[in-house]
Amino acid sequence: MENVVEHSLAADGLAVGYDQREIIHDLSVRIPTGKITVIVGANACGKSTLLKTLARLLKPSRGTVLLDGKSIQQIPTREVATKLGLLPQSPTAPEGITVADLVGRGRYPRTRWIRQWSKSDDEAVAEAMTSTDVLSIADRPIDELSGGQRQRVWIAMALAQETDILLLDEPTTFLDLTHQFEVLDLLVDLNKSDDRTIVLVLHDLNQACRFGDHLIAMKDGDIVAEGNPSEVITEDVVQDVFGLAVKVVPDPVAGTPMVVPIGRHTSRTDRTDTAAAGSSSGNLAAAALAASAAANGVCRPTPE
Amino acid sequence: MPPPSAVASADPDLAAAPARPQRRARRTTLVLGLIGCLVLLILVMLLSIAIGSKQIPLSTVIDALRHYNESNTDHVIVRSLRVPRTLIGLMVGAALGLSGALMQGVTRNPLADPGILGVNGGAALFVVGGIYWFGLSTLTAYVWLAFAGAAAASVAVYFLGSLGREGATPVKLALAGAALTAMLGSLTTALLIGDVDTFDQFRFWSVGSFAGRGSDVAAQVAPFILVGVVLSLFCGRVLNAMSLGDDVAKSLGQRVGLARLFVAVVVVLLCGAATAAAGPIGFIGLTIPHVARLVTGPDYRWILPYSMLLAPILLLGSDVIGRVVALPGELQVGVVTAILGAPFFIILVRRRKLADL
Amino acid sequence: MTAEAVQVIARARAARQTRSLVVTVVLAVVVFATFCVSLSLGDFKIPVIDVVKTLFGGGDHATEFIVNTLRLPRALTGLLVGTALGLSGAIFQSVARNPLASPDIIGVTYGASAFAVFAIVTLSLTGVAVSAFAIAGAVLTAFLMYVLAWRHGVSSYRLILIGIGIGAIATSITSYLLTKARVEIAQQALIWLTGSLNGRDWSNVRSLAITFVVLLPFMVFLVHQLRILQLGDETAYGLGLRVEVSRLGLIVIAVLLAAVATAAAGPIGFVAFVAPPIARRLTRSPGPAMIASGLLGALVVALSDLVAQHAFGDMQLPVGVVTGVVGAPYLMFLLARANRVGSGG
Repeated sequence: MENVVEHSLAADGLAVGYDQREIIHDLSVRIPTGKITVIVGANACGKSTLLKTLARLLKPSRGTVLLDGKSIQQIPTREVATKLGLLPQSPTAPEGITVADLVGRGRYPRTRWIRQWSKSDDEAVAEAMTSTDVLSIADRPIDELSGGQRQRVWIAMALAQETDILLLDEPTTFLDLTHQFEVLDLLVDLNKSDDRTIVLVLHDLNQACRFGDHLIAMKDGDIVAEGNPSEVITEDVVQDVFGLAVKVVPDPVAGTPMVVPIGRHTSRTDRTDTAAAGSSSGNLAAAALAASAAANGVCRPTPE
Repeated sequence: MPPPSAVASADPDLAAAPARPQRRARRTTLVLGLIGCLVLLILVMLLSIAIGSKQIPLSTVIDALRHYNESNTDHVIVRSLRVPRTLIGLMVGAALGLSGALMQGVTRNPLADPGILGVNGGAALFVVGGIYWFGLSTLTAYVWLAFAGAAAASVAVYFLGSLGREGATPVKLALAGAALTAMLGSLTTALLIGDVDTFDQFRFWSVGSFAGRGSDVAAQVAPFILVGVVLSLFCGRVLNAMSLGDDVAKSLGQRVGLARLFVAVVVVLLCGAATAAAGPIGFIGLTIPHVARLVTGPDYRWILPYSMLLAPILLLGSDVIGRVVALPGELQVGVVTAILGAPFFIILVRRRKLADL
Repeated sequence: MTAEAVQVIARARAARQTRSLVVTVVLAVVVFATFCVSLSLGDFKIPVIDVVKTLFGGGDHATEFIVNTLRLPRALTGLLVGTALGLSGAIFQSVARNPLASPDIIGVTYGASAFAVFAIVTLSLTGVAVSAFAIAGAVLTAFLMYVLAWRHGVSSYRLILIGIGIGAIATSITSYLLTKARVEIAQQALIWLTGSLNGRDWSNVRSLAITFVVLLPFMVFLVHQLRILQLGDETAYGLGLRVEVSRLGLIVIAVLLAAVATAAAGPIGFVAFVAPPIARRLTRSPGPAMIASGLLGALVVALSDLVAQHAFGDMQLPVGVVTGVVGAPYLMFLLARANRVGSGG
């Protein structure tokens, strides 16, 4: 994959808002090429707004988004669509559309109304559907699929677009734990196999740490910290970004940072906060950690 | 993840202490506003009695009301024409304002208005049928027909629009109303095309007007509207619970199905009677509750009385304007309210997310 | 592996296309049959065989006069009007992403009606002049709607609601104008308002045909984009579609089609609304199924006119009365079904 032209995405001095309310005030960022970048932050911190602005869905009031060093607003939108794909948070499918048809529509930026469907389009669709493992359901209507299958179909549509950069807005929402990991593992596969640049918004910090090469933590429309997960996800940053006291321990499976919220009640029996947080050997504290970790979808933790 | 401030406001004493005097002050403001509306309404009513093809000075109007003199033509006009007309305007206005607020509350739908819910289409078909098959031609006969038609149509639309899981969404109800109105309209037209006389009578009813309505019509609809008004003023608390959604209302101990039925019956009483008295009048029921809501906030215990007073102010005002702008004839009140009301509605659609009521 | 996969894809696509093609051909045959039957019926009945012969240039003099001169213009106007309404409805419904939107529900035809009634009642105009007013009214209403619904782009929900608002003004003006006129003229306006094909001649056919020829290339171009627009604004942007531009283009075409059809035959209700969902269901197409929608529109108008002309003995109803009674129950069925599925709004 050495000969593939890598595309770069960056933002410079962005200010974005809806109507009168400005959400992002002055934000600059470079998306590392060929890596998985995860944007995290509390609700309404502007992470989706940033993603949409990067995908040119929102027009910044100040500043620019740069695709290959050129302002994205200046590039014809069709041309952008051959370099940058987007999966919105809750895409809508026309009633009764089949999987193959929906994925096929991802070819739009690469067809012209004179040059209609061709063999290469079929191949691109086939490849997208093979890598997302939805080929076997090619002729099923999309409304009959499970949430996980549907999300994979949408990802296949974005893949059929054959872009080097892929932006996904909370692709794991509404999926159960198994399907969440299925989708995230798939994104890692895609990133590894042809060095795609992937940017996604995630809510789960532990998943963000596990799957992201590069994390961007946002608060009030600003970037608080960015870098690799172990630099970004510290107890101080989480306290700052989410206003939540946590303990960060190594993920027993992947070794990446794992966030364990402390909260006000650490066990069902009456134990004070300080005792639970301070203790490293108490059985109850270990049980609380285990319960919390299980809730986050991680196997049993080894005691510190 | 709760914001840090959640902890502070969780303390009941701290939160309630400053709220109490504020609430009392707000209450005083709202009561004063209500009194202001009442004064304005009385003023508009006096104007409605005074202004017409023959102008009558306010002093004579008050004189005619207090010391009636049969030999004075002005007094006769006031007593036999202007007063019944104004009373009908008052009743129709109050009924439309209330039924609009009730409909919007119970459907959680800012688009619910008697006209949009097909009441007018049903009333029209029944009136035309009455003229065509039974040769009815008096306004008093129309009242009963319109009443029956309105009831039938609104029940059908409400039923169609609120089937299904998520209940009556704005678009669904509007379209169920549009569909039924179109079908009824088609049937109505079929009758009208075959018969010039029927059409000739119907076109004057269908535009919505107070012209020619005398004390007999007023007496006919008054009992329905009075009962409806009294019942609807009890609905405030129920609507407040319903406005949080069916699930929350249920968990608050509200019997949702029963409450909805009760409100629907009140709406049919009110708006059926209003349409029967004056023909289809658009947009009062739709817009007035929104105006009321701007003043009062989302509390239906205040929205309802405000709607009841504001609607007749607009309606009687439109009627007066209609009488003045087209002298020596008059512009029907239905036309004036649509032309005044629709732009307001459009502004509303542009400014707000209507879906979240 | 990949070759196999490509085959799977190609097969899935082909199955869909075959079905669309079959449905389209069958529809075309049914439309033609209805068309021939409507040409054969009348004061003087002509066997359908003779009608077909005459259409292809092989009939005797008398038959040719009755078919080509007397009956053909009306039947052709019906077909073209129906097609235009079907196409217009298909576009409106797809753009609004709502199976319940159509030019007659969202106010465009109400605007046309108010203008036409003004022309008939106040200016005492007839014929082509009324049609011109109707077109002006439709275009003006649509323009107003679009401008008023514009707020950082046009949301389909806002477009519908504003259409309903403008429709209400137009309706109230229409009924006011009706009260102002002498009753005979008001009656004439009422017939126009219902939608009728009585007395349509070659000039109507010509203007409709010209509109189709002019709009066709734009339609082909924009319908390709419509398939992407259907995926939602965000996805469509992501795929490189200039969403506002193509939406505006589509609305302009849909309005022009509705306007020309309304000008030719009055605001025939519910054709634009009913045809597209039936077409989609028959072709099982997730897209707008344009050709089938147009054919179904033509079929609905032709059938309704057949009923309106011949089913009530001597009394000839305007075609619009029949389509309304046929169409509305279907809308209600659709609503009830959408409610059951839980996705009506």
